Amino acid sequence: MKELIDRLKKIVGDRFVSEAPEERYIYSMDMGTMPASAPDLVVMPASTEEVSKIMEAANAHQVPVTPMGGGLVLSGLTRALKGGMILDMKRMNRITEVNPKSRYAVVEGGTSQGMLQAYLKKNHPELKHSVPDAPPIATLAGNVCIHGSGHLSVLGGYHSDMLTGMEVVLPTGEVIRTGSCSVSSDWFGKAPLPDLSGLFMGWAGTTGVVTRLGIKLFPSYRYNDLLIFVCDDAEDMPDVISRLTSTQVAEDMTPWMTPIPEWARGFMHINIAYGAHSKAELTFKRNLLQMSVKAYKDKKTGGFLPMPPPQKNRYMKIPTPDLVRFADVRKGGGFEYVGAIMAIEHFAEAYRAGVEIAEKNEVSYSMGARIVGAGHSMMFFYAYAFNRADQADMARAQKALEETNAATLEMGGIPWKAELPAQQQIIEKMAPDTFALMNRIREALDPNHIMNPGNWERA
Amino acid sequence: MEAIKFDPEICNQCETVDCLMKCQYIEFTDVAEAKTEKLKINAGEHSRVLDECLTCYACQEYCPYDNNPFYLLVERQEQLGLLPAPTPIVTEQLKMMGPKGKIQKEAVTPPVVNMCAFPMLTGSVRGKLFEGASVIVGTDIFCNIMWLHFAKNSTIKERVPKMIDNIMDYYLRDSGVDEMVCFHDECYGTYTNLAPAFGIEVPFKSIHLFDYINDRLDELADRITPLNVKVAYQRPCSNRLIPETDPVLDEILEKIGAERVPRTYDRENALCCGGVPRAHQRDDLADELVEKNINDMLDVGAAYCIFNCPFCMATLGQEVAENGIMPILISDLVQMALGE
Repeated sequence: MKELIDRLKKIVGDRFVSEAPEERYIYSMDMGTMPASAPDLVVMPASTEEVSKIMEAANAHQVPVTPMGGGLVLSGLTRALKGGMILDMKRMNRITEVNPKSRYAVVEGGTSQGMLQAYLKKNHPELKHSVPDAPPIATLAGNVCIHGSGHLSVLGGYHSDMLTGMEVVLPTGEVIRTGSCSVSSDWFGKAPLPDLSGLFMGWAGTTGVVTRLGIKLFPSYRYNDLLIFVCDDAEDMPDVISRLTSTQVAEDMTPWMTPIPEWARGFMHINIAYGAHSKAELTFKRNLLQMSVKAYKDKKTGGFLPMPPPQKNRYMKIPTPDLVRFADVRKGGGFEYVGAIMAIEHFAEAYRAGVEIAEKNEVSYSMGARIVGAGHSMMFFYAYAFNRADQADMARAQKALEETNAATLEMGGIPWKAELPAQQQIIEKMAPDTFALMNRIREALDPNHIMNPGNWERA
Repeated sequence: MEAIKFDPEICNQCETVDCLMKCQYIEFTDVAEAKTEKLKINAGEHSRVLDECLTCYACQEYCPYDNNPFYLLVERQEQLGLLPAPTPIVTEQLKMMGPKGKIQKEAVTPPVVNMCAFPMLTGSVRGKLFEGASVIVGTDIFCNIMWLHFAKNSTIKERVPKMIDNIMDYYLRDSGVDEMVCFHDECYGTYTNLAPAFGIEVPFKSIHLFDYINDRLDELADRITPLNVKVAYQRPCSNRLIPETDPVLDEILEKIGAERVPRTYDRENALCCGGVPRAHQRDDLADELVEKNINDMLDVGAAYCIFNCPFCMATLGQEVAENGIMPILISDLVQMALGE
């Protein structure tokens, strides 16, 4: 190990390699329920070239490498399950290009959501990117790689759909590019080439290290508004969502159901965000949204909450502070959720399952969803807060999570950014030849099995 | 609980039907048609008025006989199941605004200022104007008059007596206080107009904010620096229940050197701020009301738009400000004149 550490120090500098116990401890866990698993060392590269050299060194020494962005995935995907090094990408945080006409940005692999958000606000106020409801230090690359979603996902789909290209260091050290940037100097998109980006998205860091990526940007509007639709029958939700998304004017739609505060218990809410260049356009869009669900208004079974502008502000913050507030409801810094990617027609079923599991396990819960595309699918989330200092509380949350994962798969959904046990549940349900192909691909890319080992492996 | 105080014979003999003919939101071909609709309401039959009503409270002011036309209309809406807003909107708000049982006994000293369910506005009770005041606030003393907008007289009948008991049991009785300043028209309207009409006993005296401020300005006369500004008043629906307080505002404004500019939509012709129609899912109408109010304020060259209703201010404030007019609570305007 000493020989490797010396080699790494030569690559990135002494200050950016650490085997200090306190650092290994910090990097051993995230805020979720997965048990700690400490790395042997932490390395922080500053360039693609350094990442490439690190991968060569890791291969030479057969040492596992776990790439990490913000470390906020919550499902323990950036724990070093078999030791080795955590490759912390946060030093690679430069925004290398913004193309205002073709509306894309190119950023390094450790660039955070907050950095790009602030940069665009200052330098390109006419543009914005889709921001996930995560703390601002979450990285763009990390979120794209887990098929994240955000506040423009009704408009643009999953964040992986908003990817225009990637630069990736393969496990063996080669630097490759996917999308238009592999042929051209422009990072406009993945078409018309074979889409090799898929080799790196959804793989939990087992296929390579993303060092640069291009993402789509969208118009940032001067006028923005929010509607909150309310009904009390979960069975109505797929139809309501379908109607609202059919207008194609919303940027974001996030249903939420929570027993705290008490007045909200039993009600289905959908926050619908939209923007416009003028007030007239904003009113036009609002009217389209309202007209789409007129049938519910006429039956008096659903409608929009009356909210004066000052009350809307809290719901229009990007990212929303509400999840963070809920995350600390039990105090003690424990929070995890199952994001179930599924078809919207399963909404009521998913809601009922969540209530049943939470009440059975006596855990604090909040449920919600983010609609993706024009109702093409949703990320339905079951969030459980727990007190990390209370082992029994943590165990209850863990059990609720496992049961939720099982229920999700039972309903035809798939746990998002699946933690280890959920990966096993998915593998069990996956077509065997598909899983075999995944293994063949990884064998080709990572012959020494050094990339985040333990993930996407049959137990 | 007694039935709402109302005498059908008064309506039978009424020749003008002002309650409906003066309505700014529902058209009638003539007095005869209005009377027909009114008599249907009185008889507990369906009337288009029950569907079209904006619930602006104005008919309560228009009736020259104080025959409680609005309270009766709401009663009929509820009896016939004609909810003006979608059921989940109403039921969720009923829970949201329900008493939380968090009230605790507290010694108070006069003046006791009731801030109703608006804790965010308690900062307005400050300075010389409210010197020595005790503030009471929270959903456990919420006046609950808002349910008139949602065909929920039953909630008013159920909750208002409890709120009155809470005010007495937790604040006034043990402190030997028998009067209370109502910061908002809603509370004053509830305890002085609605409660008697609903047969609800009120054991304390309510003082309207305008009366309180007016008296205080006499005491603080040497501190007043005239503002010399033109103000547009956004008269709230709940002031329709207590029109006798409106001239007091004129006195206040005169004392602080503010001119209440003669808007088209003021006094008896005041227009809804647009908040309630949004709850009724009538956004087109709400947009129209907002536009009319703003244009009216601009037309008369108002520098300030003064509010006594926090909901009106929340609804219109941003739009008012975007049009270059300063939105402000009346108490804050008075405090400006007092140099506070």
